Amino acid sequence: MIKSLLNKLGFTSAPFPGGITPDMCKWTENSAIEDCPLPPLFIVPIKQHIGQACTPLVQVGDLVLRGQKIAKSEGYLSVPIHAPTSGKVIKIEEHPIPHPSGMGLTSIFIEPDGKDERDTSLAPMQNWQDIDPSELRERVRVCGIAGLGGAAFPTFIKLLKDKRNPIETVILNGIECEPFLTNDYRLMVENSAEILHGLQIIMHMVGAKKAIIAIEDNKSEAVLAMQKVADSAENHAISVVSLPTRYPQGGEKQLIESLTGKQVPAGKLPLHINVLCQNVGTTKAIYDAIVLGHSMTDRIITVSGDAVPKPANMRVRLGTPMRFIYAQRGLENFDGIQILHGGPMMGERMRHPDIPVVKSSTGLLAISDERIKPAHQVEDPCIRCGHCSEVCPVSLVPNLLADHCRNDQLERAADYDLFDCIECGACSYVCPSHIPLVHYFRYGKGQTAQVRREQSFAEVSRLRSEGRDVRLQREKDEKAAKRRKVRDTLRSESVLNPENDAKSTAPSNIEGKE
Amino acid sequence: MEQLLYATLSLGAFALIAGIILAISSKVFRIEGDPLSDKIDALLPQTQCGQCGYPGCRPYANAVAGGDADVNHCVPGGERTMLSIADLMGVEPKALDEEEAVPVVAFVREDECIGCTLCIKACPVDAIIGAPKQYHTVVSDHCTGCVLCVDPCPVDCIDMIQKPELLEHWSWPLPDTERAQLGAERRESHHD
Repeated sequence: MIKSLLNKLGFTSAPFPGGITPDMCKWTENSAIEDCPLPPLFIVPIKQHIGQACTPLVQVGDLVLRGQKIAKSEGYLSVPIHAPTSGKVIKIEEHPIPHPSGMGLTSIFIEPDGKDERDTSLAPMQNWQDIDPSELRERVRVCGIAGLGGAAFPTFIKLLKDKRNPIETVILNGIECEPFLTNDYRLMVENSAEILHGLQIIMHMVGAKKAIIAIEDNKSEAVLAMQKVADSAENHAISVVSLPTRYPQGGEKQLIESLTGKQVPAGKLPLHINVLCQNVGTTKAIYDAIVLGHSMTDRIITVSGDAVPKPANMRVRLGTPMRFIYAQRGLENFDGIQILHGGPMMGERMRHPDIPVVKSSTGLLAISDERIKPAHQVEDPCIRCGHCSEVCPVSLVPNLLADHCRNDQLERAADYDLFDCIECGACSYVCPSHIPLVHYFRYGKGQTAQVRREQSFAEVSRLRSEGRDVRLQREKDEKAAKRRKVRDTLRSESVLNPENDAKSTAPSNIEGKE
Repeated sequence: MEQLLYATLSLGAFALIAGIILAISSKVFRIEGDPLSDKIDALLPQTQCGQCGYPGCRPYANAVAGGDADVNHCVPGGERTMLSIADLMGVEPKALDEEEAVPVVAFVREDECIGCTLCIKACPVDAIIGAPKQYHTVVSDHCTGCVLCVDPCPVDCIDMIQKPELLEHWSWPLPDTERAQLGAERRESHHD
């Protein structure tokens, strides 16, 4: 209470509203990143980012190299997919992907040949300071980089140098506010120089004057490491900021509000308030793509949870099946265990571990039923305690919103700004009645999208139906006009030749009918 | 007596003026078409299937707006359409005529098609393409699943197949808790 009072009086920095401080369970923070061995079979889905799916470029039997493009992007909001290692394409068919529906997508199955040869067709761009930003941006796209913070948004789209919305500040997101996850933290401790190098590339690309590296205060070692490299770079435009630990500070809009005090308007992007926010893992990937010429073929994943005997941070090739990764950490029997893809707050439950990891896989958790069940007790009626509104980082009224979603009052839910919800799960976490609030919001969003899709289809159908009516009417009119023309010519002929008229009435009538 | 005369005259004059204003405004502010039936038509799924007993969505909308038809005859629209029309008309929701069916699209088995063009003529949204004595095929993105093309086909080569479920169109179901299901049950009780 004193803290919020101080905030209001302006004695401390004004962070985003709401938020929670759950038990962080960062058990793997001291385990160095280990390389995960190559699995016997890679399963590479043709869509690993937000946007359109890719089209496979390889055929069964083709030999591929690590980093070779195996699926090309379709449309603007898409990035290509690369082979995770050298080997042979053995089949291309549908396979389940990390998605709450458990549904599948076309995937390319690659059997490694063990040589792990790299495709070296992309030349390193060591002298990126002299290269035009648009060329660097194209390299980031070609290398298939998508945001590694969990949303997997194609990164090149954000790295646009635009005169209308010039980027003033680049924010490097090293918050990692989800419990259990430590992959960004380890990366900052072990690869701080590469991350700083990547940040300088980003600043060059968007022409930013200032950069902030934001880290929560429970990661003091990362703060020290980043501070050290920032000092040695002697670049006064880059500052390292340590923020008080609070979930969901790592959300893009929340972090921007914490650091700058400015809110990103609803339905707008950070670039509209001249800010660019990048995850530290993505920044390292940008460094790899430009300085080393490597496309995105791996990422750091935290494997943790009380059911994992040896929790760790691992550098995993994209397309490695989850079962293989868990087996590396000593977990082979999945009875009585829930698998989560992502963190415990925003992650999604997987139905089985035979699913590959993709660009959005931040963590793989395995939590025993006993530990996860008490959190899913019977849903009791809302007692209007208001805790959900207090913790909501976007200042919504979750309990009313859930009522509207539950009763299919979708328009009213939209009036209560359902689509501004970031599904962080803070409201579900604090609810004393165990109402699965976020689940209701996901249901409401899905139903709204469904209704909108049906409406636009109905609109197209109506236009097609009306177009058909117009066409039928026109054809009818044309036919009638033709008939009238024939009749008129016959009548005029009979007027012109009255002497034939008496004799040839019958034949001319037949002609008229034709 | 004189007062009574004034009162009558002034009232009559007012009535005359009001009548003139009404007559002019009914000409000037006249609305073409029936706005209510437009609103109902916008709620209908536009399959043009005729399952409601009217030859298309617009005629059914006109009938509902005119009070000649009930709100529960649109089969493909299902419960959501029925509820929104009932809401718009301010009447009690009614049980649906028929159970809502899974979304389907027509599919022409091309090797059996004789190219008679009868299905093309039957399609209300021009979603079948082909020419006389050529194979016909259905543009599945535009097919509304109205089934009107199946009966006219002389060789029975049109199947109605279930629309494939797309990953992008998947949406979360309601949570598995008792209270969530209560709401769903309450909605289903309209059927009984």
